[in-house]
Amino acid sequence: MAATEQEILTGLGEIIEEIVGIPAAEVTPEKNFIDDLDIDSLSMVEIAVAAQDKFGVEIPDDELRNLKTVKDVIGFVQGFKDLKS
Amino acid sequence: MSIGQATAGTGSGQGFGSGTVVVTGIGATTPLGGDVASTWSALLAGRSGVRTLDWEGIEELPTRFAATIAVEPEEVMPKHRLRRLDRSQAFALIASHEAWRDAGFAPRDIAGKAEPGEGFEPDPERLGAVVSSGIGGLITALDGYRAYQKTGWKRTSPFTVPMLMPNGPVGHVSIEFGAKAGAHALVSACASSAEGVGYAIDMIRSGRADVVIAGGTEATIHPFNMAAFSSMRAMSTRNDEPERASRPYDKNRDGFVIGEGAATLILESEEHARARGARIYAIVAGAGYSSDGHDIVQPDPTGAGAAAAIRRALVNSGLVPEQIAHVNAHATSTPQGDVAEIIALKEALGPKAAAKVLITGTKSMTGHLLGGAGALESLITVLALHEGVVPATANLENLDDAVDLDIAQGEPRRLPDGPIAALNNSFGFGGHNVAVAFQRAV
Repeated sequence: MAATEQEILTGLGEIIEEIVGIPAAEVTPEKNFIDDLDIDSLSMVEIAVAAQDKFGVEIPDDELRNLKTVKDVIGFVQGFKDLKS
Repeated sequence: MSIGQATAGTGSGQGFGSGTVVVTGIGATTPLGGDVASTWSALLAGRSGVRTLDWEGIEELPTRFAATIAVEPEEVMPKHRLRRLDRSQAFALIASHEAWRDAGFAPRDIAGKAEPGEGFEPDPERLGAVVSSGIGGLITALDGYRAYQKTGWKRTSPFTVPMLMPNGPVGHVSIEFGAKAGAHALVSACASSAEGVGYAIDMIRSGRADVVIAGGTEATIHPFNMAAFSSMRAMSTRNDEPERASRPYDKNRDGFVIGEGAATLILESEEHARARGARIYAIVAGAGYSSDGHDIVQPDPTGAGAAAAIRRALVNSGLVPEQIAHVNAHATSTPQGDVAEIIALKEALGPKAAAKVLITGTKSMTGHLLGGAGALESLITVLALHEGVVPATANLENLDDAVDLDIAQGEPRRLPDGPIAALNNSFGFGGHNVAVAFQRAV
């Protein structure tokens, strides 16, 4: 069963809070990881690995570069699920 | 030219004047306490920071105790920051935050990010950092490899390299406080951070910096490292009474006790410190170095290398042996090393001056912080001069017959008044000998 947008947002918020200490509530769809949340590239690698485990998706390195906002990740996870199903 | 004791210095000491370097801030997190005040009061009370380890599988090891940190980093730093710091790096940051605040500089938020608070802000281009570690991020490497074997490269933390590199601690400290004059990590095993204090003096004397954050850190209490030191037969095995295991100069000493922690001193040109009205703990008069060129782990039993380092420290400081009132000895509680250092002190200072020096071995309480030892013991030496009191060597019950100098034992001892000087000795595997000289600021 595919995760809803809200479920992905909540899960991603938890991951970001644990890895970089930004409160999950601040992780909203329009936020840009670098400009708004001040997350560096090595932390993005950690977040991506945790997101892959949590949502059961694979994020290739090429794709990671295109995931600039929280919304991008939500879209990618939902799209990945859709492809599989 | 051979530098004998007769020509060791001018006798004036560093004094205050152009080129003088002073200590204006101190910080520490040690097996005795999470800051300088708690560490110092434990030292004066003769309390031990050595504890029995309760790891799974510990019974396999011949040594089952260590001087573990009194306050875990988790109690003072947020978890998300600690994820990307080796334990030794967290220690270095904690000690440096305290030293920085103590110097009267604008405090930083230990959680990261927040704007600096109220206080003096040193010019970043004139601010240096020298923070050393003997071994580096050993726990990161060992635990990281174990995790890698289970889960593969994709789950290896991208922070692994900066966490395990031995210059990681100084990198973090320089970022935290915005030091841009240069960040350096000197590596000479258990002499690392004493050598670092010497390097910091040179950074200021040579005009590269006005202020240097000078520290040392180590966090290597790990089963593999315990096994490695045990296989050298270097560690005490007094498992039935661990708090009495580190006993420098005692007839029944049987090896060192591993410790962990960090210490930081803020070194500053006297001119800069005076201009901002800073409190001055002591003068950092100078440092001396030598290498044994003898054995990769054993000290030269004649103490010749250690004696040369002490003589060179006097020359570098402009001090004469008669001015040295106190020595915080390397004294790790090994049968050979403790005696070789006593021989070296007599040789370097001359028998008459050496007989008047009050010596202590504070590793009897803190354990051996390896690369962090030089900074911690420099800090303790500075406090001894500033407070006029020397902590006693703990667990010294039966003085070794070969130790015929004045060792502080039982109760803390008073130091004389006036502009007296003191030495901190640190020696490291590889044959590194370092002596740092301090003088009371009057």
